[in-house]
Amino acid sequence: MWNYSEKVFDHFMNPRNVGEVEDPDGIGEVGSMACGDALRLSFKLDDEGRITDAKFQTFGCGSAIASSSVLTEMIKGKTLEDAAKITNEDIAEELDGLPREKMHCSVMGREALEAAMIDHYKRLGRGVPCHLIHQASLLCHCYQVTKDTVREAIYNHRLEDVEDVTNFTKAGGGCGDCHHDIGDLLRECWDKIERGVAPAPKEDGGLIQLDGMPAAPSVEHDPVDKDIVARIQELLIDDISVALRNDGGDIEFVRYLDGKVFVRLTGACAACKASDVTIKGYVEAQLREFVSEDLEVIEVDK
Amino acid sequence: MTDNGNKSFNMMEGLPEPPAKGIYFDNNATTPVAPEVLEKMIPLLTDHFGNPSSMHSFGARAGDEVAEAREKVQALLGAAQSNEIVFTGGGSESDNLAIVGTLHANPKKRHLITTAVEHPAVLGLCRDLEKRHGYEVTFLKVDQSGRLDPDELRESLRDDTAVVSIMMANNETGVIFDIEAVGRIVKENGSIFHVDGVQAAGKLPLDLKSSTIDLFSISGHKLHAPKGVGALYVRKGTKIRPLIVGGHQERGRRAGTENVASLAGMGVACELAAANIEHENTVVRSLRDDLEKGLLSAIVDSQANGDPEHRLPNTTNISFQYIEGEGILLLLDRVGVAASSGSACTSGSLEPSHVLRAMGLPFTLTHGSIRFSLSRYNTQGEVDYVIKALPPIIERLRMITPFNEQRATF
Repeated sequence: MWNYSEKVFDHFMNPRNVGEVEDPDGIGEVGSMACGDALRLSFKLDDEGRITDAKFQTFGCGSAIASSSVLTEMIKGKTLEDAAKITNEDIAEELDGLPREKMHCSVMGREALEAAMIDHYKRLGRGVPCHLIHQASLLCHCYQVTKDTVREAIYNHRLEDVEDVTNFTKAGGGCGDCHHDIGDLLRECWDKIERGVAPAPKEDGGLIQLDGMPAAPSVEHDPVDKDIVARIQELLIDDISVALRNDGGDIEFVRYLDGKVFVRLTGACAACKASDVTIKGYVEAQLREFVSEDLEVIEVDK
Repeated sequence: MTDNGNKSFNMMEGLPEPPAKGIYFDNNATTPVAPEVLEKMIPLLTDHFGNPSSMHSFGARAGDEVAEAREKVQALLGAAQSNEIVFTGGGSESDNLAIVGTLHANPKKRHLITTAVEHPAVLGLCRDLEKRHGYEVTFLKVDQSGRLDPDELRESLRDDTAVVSIMMANNETGVIFDIEAVGRIVKENGSIFHVDGVQAAGKLPLDLKSSTIDLFSISGHKLHAPKGVGALYVRKGTKIRPLIVGGHQERGRRAGTENVASLAGMGVACELAAANIEHENTVVRSLRDDLEKGLLSAIVDSQANGDPEHRLPNTTNISFQYIEGEGILLLLDRVGVAASSGSACTSGSLEPSHVLRAMGLPFTLTHGSIRFSLSRYNTQGEVDYVIKALPPIIERLRMITPFNEQRATF
């Protein structure tokens, strides 16, 4: 039995704002039946751009319903700018906390809010203002890499694909959510390069020569890391992989770099949000306990 | 279209007041200890606390109790001799002893066969043997009703197949495999045949002496004995190596001072189970059937999972479309009903039921599956109450879900 707070129970037993607002100004849908939870969030704005009404429909467990319900309460009366500042931690906090395994329910709330705001600007036929989207100036949230940094790297080293960008800037090396955005940036930059309006490449500025050379030195580890890499691999293969297979999944070791362990989850639920729980709550906890306390585990190709 | 405006939406609307005593429909998870069992146990924890190995009357009394318990387990299982019963610390230990004990006794054989729908005690062990110990494992598939294909088993057997481990009845769906048909195929190949009988014991008549079964696991707490005791039937002449070494107990097959009180309790529980097999297959079956029919007819977009012809008399597994099992369980709990779900959110692992997935059930039916498992302590009144209490719960949750409307695009 999960240890839910009174507030989670309250919002589950008496969910606020169930349904869909009439004539909505934005609708966000996230999740899927396969993942086991999904949320449809809609809102209505007044003339001053304040959210006057918000409603939800949720397929999911008690905490998913509670997270959705509390989110509608939190955004009502707020401008889109203020609503955009709500993080998944805020949602969990408003519920007096969620069990660790259930934090993904609050993430789903945050994602639905973002999706609904993006939908709103699409309806207006406008681009999404960066400042509205939480940390939107960042391209890669995992490594806090900005778009400018990525553009500079693309121009300096004439990077050709997402993998190149990841190798040079680390952007895209974490959850992988920004791969699409990196692709957009690559197209933007290469358009300029081909039209001859881009900055010149930097001589000797690269870490590696790129001309005709495959990018990804991804599995060549620094010799000083040899020992820790061996210990990580041993734990991943002997224990973690065995345990995950009991649940129908599996894990692959991708690489180790600067205290970060990059792994790929496989199996049916690899793409599910619950994998965050597996990564942080299990894989990282195991590696910290048995290999080194300061390791960070990052899932790639999510 | 659901639209309740800004009014609060009360999940409990239309739900009955919970009965004074909770309704326990989760007997495949664990069962209450029978009063007769507890009565047997208490003196063995107080006045008669001896160690069966001791050379005094305290020890002798304890030894007699263990011997008596062994005979009662023998009787329930229909074993030829009481020394074919090895006491263990529970069903999972029995499964581990059966499989690992057989592999260690047959070190040249490196292959084993099991099914995709086994209890984690077997499935997890087999995956571990495959991954860490270099064994090859064949996981037999099941069809949409949860049935095995005997031809697939026949084709999977090899000269080096040490053991075939197949459950008699599935804990989630209650589906019963045709163990004798399976056993004949296994024995033609000369492999050891282990049957996980944890859910079957006490619910189905057993006669192991005239079966093809070499090893058979049972668990105390599934049949109204306490948790932490179980047994493995080891047919005379079947070689197994112990997992726990360091004592002569259980004729060298399981070291450690006997859990005398609990074993004696399990003995009484087996005696009661044997006396109630008929009741289980008539009265309990009819309660289960009433519950299933009542719920399926009261709730649209629901279906029972698993082969209806070959099922434990106490179990029904029902999927409710468009909603997720945890919400159903939380609300059932509020109205005093305990059940379980194959939903991802209710398992610690966040993975939906491997059994329903192996049966090819779509996710929409897996996440909203609820298992009701009854026992001889349940009543018609409880069944009638649940048939009344569940429909409004399903209705309330379906009002919230985005999936029962065509508009949802995800």
